[in-house]
Amino acid sequence: MIELSDFLILGAILFCISLAGIFLNRKNVIILLMAIELMLLAVNMNFVAFSHYLGNVDGQIFVFFILTVAAAEAAIGLAILILLFRTKRTINVDRLDSLKH
Amino acid sequence: MSIEPILFYIFSTILVLASAAVVTVRNPVYAALCLVLAFFTCAAVWLLLEAEFLALVLVLVYVGAVMVLFLFVIMMLDINLTPSKEGFIKYLPAGGFVALLILIEMSVVLGPENFGIDITGEPLKHAADYSNTKDLGATLYTEYAYPFEIAGALLLLAIVAAIALTMRRRPDSKYQDPAEQVAVRRNDRVRMVKMAAEKKQ
Repeated sequence: MIELSDFLILGAILFCISLAGIFLNRKNVIILLMAIELMLLAVNMNFVAFSHYLGNVDGQIFVFFILTVAAAEAAIGLAILILLFRTKRTINVDRLDSLKH
Repeated sequence: MSIEPILFYIFSTILVLASAAVVTVRNPVYAALCLVLAFFTCAAVWLLLEAEFLALVLVLVYVGAVMVLFLFVIMMLDINLTPSKEGFIKYLPAGGFVALLILIEMSVVLGPENFGIDITGEPLKHAADYSNTKDLGATLYTEYAYPFEIAGALLLLAIVAAIALTMRRRPDSKYQDPAEQVAVRRNDRVRMVKMAAEKKQ
């Protein structure tokens, strides 16, 4: 029998992998955005697992709304990324420091 | 032993490996394809949790729309695919340490002694004709109707914002200016000319 804690720990592992990915990928904003998508997936996993084990469908409704917000976030994030590349010709995080100077 | 735990462990292994590949591979196209694999296996895990509608929506929306958008952007941007690994090695100790620490803390809290099967109990068994989609729709359109409308407005906002951000204005394109159209007066368009009446031949 699969326990609720198995799903929760799977979500925790996914969350930590994407957190480490945000630390590691300083060259590429696209992979940062993908790591954020992965983080949202980990959160959704917890919602679905709780919804199943508590017998309450509200958790799945929340996943529905999180998917909506994540799709909007991806669209606007990629639009900003394209704008950034057009003006600066780079998507390297370490070189996006014009506010510092 | 039933087949469900075996499927769960197979799918979670693939899911963890695919998501580790997303953050470690150098080529962003491979990263996007690994993310597609991660979404697919996550959908399979959600099927084990009897969330059939959300599993299919995950495949349709994420794999079908969002990841295709990512791949389009990767192909449009002219980035060099062989960046140096210096940042990766430089941030590996800090990133790995923080991630491991959070994982240990979360495992302590979320472990079997707090969320085990003897605490939560067995999940409800649904009848064979139970429809997850129907149940979800009945709740979504009654109890959550107002948030649902807000979500629709949010998507519209995202469309407008994304188009407005990336649209390039061309100086030679012809367009209407509504303010100018409204502000126009009769004298700008019509000129009354006084002239003597002419006799018909």
